[in-house]
Amino acid sequence: MSEAAVDDLVTGVLDGEHRALARAITNIENREPGYRDLVSALHAHTGGAEVIGVTGSPGAGKSTLVDKLAKQYRDRGLTVGVIAVDPSSPYSGGAVLGDRIRMASNVGDMEVFFRSMSARGQLGGLSTATGDAITALDAFGKDRIIVETVGAGQNEVDVVRTADTVVVLVQPGSGDDVQMLKAGILEIGDVFVVNKADMDGAATTVTDLREMLHLRDGSTAGAAGHHGLGSMADGSAGNGDEGDDADDWDPQVVETVATEGEGIAALIDVLDDHYAHLRETGELARRERTRYAEKIRQLLRADAAALLEAEIERHGGMDALVDEVQARETDPYTVADRILAPIADCVEGRRE
Amino acid sequence: MSTGQEQRTIRCLVAKVGLDGHDRGAHVIARAFRDAGFEVIYSGLHRAPEEIVQAAVQEDVDVLGISILSGAHNTLVPKVIEGLKQYGAFEDTLVIVGGIVPEEDRADLKAAGVAEIFGPGTPMQETIDFVRENVSR
Repeated sequence: MSEAAVDDLVTGVLDGEHRALARAITNIENREPGYRDLVSALHAHTGGAEVIGVTGSPGAGKSTLVDKLAKQYRDRGLTVGVIAVDPSSPYSGGAVLGDRIRMASNVGDMEVFFRSMSARGQLGGLSTATGDAITALDAFGKDRIIVETVGAGQNEVDVVRTADTVVVLVQPGSGDDVQMLKAGILEIGDVFVVNKADMDGAATTVTDLREMLHLRDGSTAGAAGHHGLGSMADGSAGNGDEGDDADDWDPQVVETVATEGEGIAALIDVLDDHYAHLRETGELARRERTRYAEKIRQLLRADAAALLEAEIERHGGMDALVDEVQARETDPYTVADRILAPIADCVEGRRE
Repeated sequence: MSTGQEQRTIRCLVAKVGLDGHDRGAHVIARAFRDAGFEVIYSGLHRAPEEIVQAAVQEDVDVLGISILSGAHNTLVPKVIEGLKQYGAFEDTLVIVGGIVPEEDRADLKAAGVAEIFGPGTPMQETIDFVRENVSR
């Protein structure tokens, strides 16, 4: 991308041109030369959107729920951006991105900007790309941005961390409470949605979840200090429990039947509550700071890694280096030192 | 680029348009494209031309493959192309059509902007090669 092309895209995105927004996200996904300037220019225009991350196991109903959420937001006069992340094949690199099929409630409504992205197998790169795509949607002026991803593994957890509010979808009958402990999903969720709440076992799942969440709260409160054993609220799961840790958000459990649109309005109320809570407690700004710090680190790691790749080539390539190590002529530590030394010298030399 | 992760993946939208419930062919081509390393977005059945346009524009696809077996191609395909033009997305989207299209309709469709038409029995590889050679990026 030439400098002029970047300028055009930025102008287009800020003017609300759909094509420009789509093209901007493509450049971000492809790491097209110049995409950094693009994201840098857009950054100044962000900060207006609330970002909601939706995660859960395959088939839990994420896409359907996102569709209904988007519709409900539209009915309330808000514009919506959706990023749906699907896995790509580790063999061919190809992918079938199927979330769009479920977006039946918003067809023909250009104010819902839906974009499918595939996890292109780059380590840590997915969350960078998603974060940058959010920047583009935010600068475009979307009021709400929903990021949807299968919740299985570090990559996906990183993705939902780019959100202000994380929604975890749970299916009724998806195993006992130990299963919920396993994947670490309890820690990342601000709001838990038991979808398909008309199915058998939904009530049990809701009870299990509430119990587990209560334990989670109990343990953090215990660690934070022991003031107020007596003042412990009884834990009735109303909105904004007046517990002694007023600053802590009590994760909420909401039941929905996404296909019928049931419970969606209630879910949005809870999402709004959570956002208001983040704002009032200053947590919103704190989360944003953490996010930017992580982002800067990630970019630095990626850039440093690229620098090192080039150095490896200069030392004759990885294969040659491995040959030496395999022949016991040298060892991995020595090789690493040898490659890093000139860079380290350079850094120190410049300091003085 | 300094991140060293520049990756150009061909993105395509496989679309079923109009009252046509036969999607076996669309599924097969979607899989073949995936295995060829493309990113495939599948529209689902019974889409209106506007929906196809919305998807093609938002997803910024390189290729739009319209599968059509209902005989309504003369009406529906030009509508999709008009829509793409409206959003300035026609020039860099390769539009191909698969399905049953009588010989005498082909010239008109091509004149309207369809790059190629693939009838029944076209080897998968032929379509994939065509896409690889003709995407504009």
